Amino acid sequence: MMASAMDEYTIKDKAAIVGIGETAYYKRGGAPVSEFRLALEAILRACEDAGIKPTDLDGVASYSNDRNDSVRVATALGLPELRFSNMFWGGGGGGGSGAIGNAAAAIAAGFATHVVVYRALAQGQFGRFGQTPAVNTISGPIAYTWPYGMSTPAQWIALRTRRFMHDHHVTQDALAAIAMACYQHAQSNPRAIMYGRPLTRAMYDESRWIVEPFHLYDCCLENDGAAAVILTGRDRARDLRQRPAWVMAAAQGSDFRQGAGAENLPDYTTSNFKTLAPRLYAMAEIAPNDVDVAQVYENFTGAVMTSIVEHGFCEGDGVMEFCTLDNLTAPRGKLPLNTSGGNLAECYMHGLELIIEAVRQVRGTSTAQVPDAEISLVASGPMVAPVSDLILHR
Amino acid sequence: MSENRGDGRKTYLPEGMPAPAPSRDGVDRGFYEAARRHELAVQRCQQCGTFQFPAEWICHKCHAFDPQWHRVEPRGKIYSFERIWHPAHPALKSACPYLVVVVELENAGGVRMVGNLLGDPMQNVRFDALVEAVFEDHPAGHTLIQWRTV
Ligand SMILES: [Zn+2]
Repeated sequence: MMASAMDEYTIKDKAAIVGIGETAYYKRGGAPVSEFRLALEAILRACEDAGIKPTDLDGVASYSNDRNDSVRVATALGLPELRFSNMFWGGGGGGGSGAIGNAAAAIAAGFATHVVVYRALAQGQFGRFGQTPAVNTISGPIAYTWPYGMSTPAQWIALRTRRFMHDHHVTQDALAAIAMACYQHAQSNPRAIMYGRPLTRAMYDESRWIVEPFHLYDCCLENDGAAAVILTGRDRARDLRQRPAWVMAAAQGSDFRQGAGAENLPDYTTSNFKTLAPRLYAMAEIAPNDVDVAQVYENFTGAVMTSIVEHGFCEGDGVMEFCTLDNLTAPRGKLPLNTSGGNLAECYMHGLELIIEAVRQVRGTSTAQVPDAEISLVASGPMVAPVSDLILHR
Repeated sequence: MSENRGDGRKTYLPEGMPAPAPSRDGVDRGFYEAARRHELAVQRCQQCGTFQFPAEWICHKCHAFDPQWHRVEPRGKIYSFERIWHPAHPALKSACPYLVVVVELENAGGVRMVGNLLGDPMQNVRFDALVEAVFEDHPAGHTLIQWRTV
């Protein structure tokens, strides 16, 4: 009975990512076409990659308050029937894996057969991240931080990172290693914005502070572009054009009162994965050391560091030993990290590009391929709420 | 209070930053009324004694509605801090670097507040250093809660 109950309440191996699509990635504000058109281009490329007709799509999912409405997408593409329309709560990168998990769950539940997850960004057309709007008065929890010049993700993540570094005797070396691993991987990825622009430790150290302990190179890029992935069920996935990247597990959520404002979250330094990661590994029926390659959303290197800890790759006090350039780089590192260059050096597509890279690792087509990678992990979010997680396997 | 960064400004950050105002629904009115009196107040549940900040209509521990406003000592210790070099608001262009601290209040159930640490922005800041609140009145009519080491 136990086994069948477990089978009933899992999405393990019930759906796979079968198609990936990206537009070119542009500098922030540099997209030559509208954001909605970018979304459509990415979706069509993902359909082409999968070998399905766009009109086979019957489910649409996104996250991070994507402005490109699911019904507009379905209407523009002339979808005969929209069966699943879903938006994951929360801004930033917290929902990338969550949107994939939601799509897989919809397929497992029989709501839809081919679900596209997409994210499109054209900041020139809309507002910019990381800037405080010029307003005269503000209310609510932000009224306790903005008037003091503490308003951006870099600023709150720096505060929490600083405390974690103090508690666990971490120096700048760990943050530098994470940034340099991303840049090193980008050097073999011609799609990457930072392709041909390697990062040395001296460049890192000499770059300007954004907010201590974050140098310029600890902070994500901002880009225009779009990305899309297509999921389908067990029966169809095997017959399509690409080797399926099976959804082994997904998890989403938040720890106790992580939404408390003015830095009152009880567990102050968490990346917010402490409750998710055990559920993720339980569904996948694997342990952290089974993971071959990881894509961890880099808003800022400090939150990547705590995510590595909370996914069980090392202890907090072991960060200095674990987070080294050797350990974090393909092909032979203990945990090759962000093998396309990630948000720091490939592009900033709110982490959907990280999920695409996780698929490439499973297909064996990454430009920084981990030999025989079977199990590919994605962590979306860190230090926001909610966050989400995904494990794919070959 | 004219404590500043030594550059003649009356307030730690320049004028032009967004000014805090009570929420329209009134949930945090008690905090602002106290600040105007140069007092520090957070919610404390009358039923179970749980401290809570920022304000909410319900106690997160026992679910009693309307937690009462409770005056707390304007003292605490530095729980974390940062020196900010990149201005994220136009008014800050001439104010970088500046220091932001997270202060854990004394005897208030671990409630924290965010403010600026007065004095030299390049000063050496220590974790757990004791600080006290400085109520910084602004010409626009609002009062900010700043901190200085004691
Ligand atoms: Zn209570």
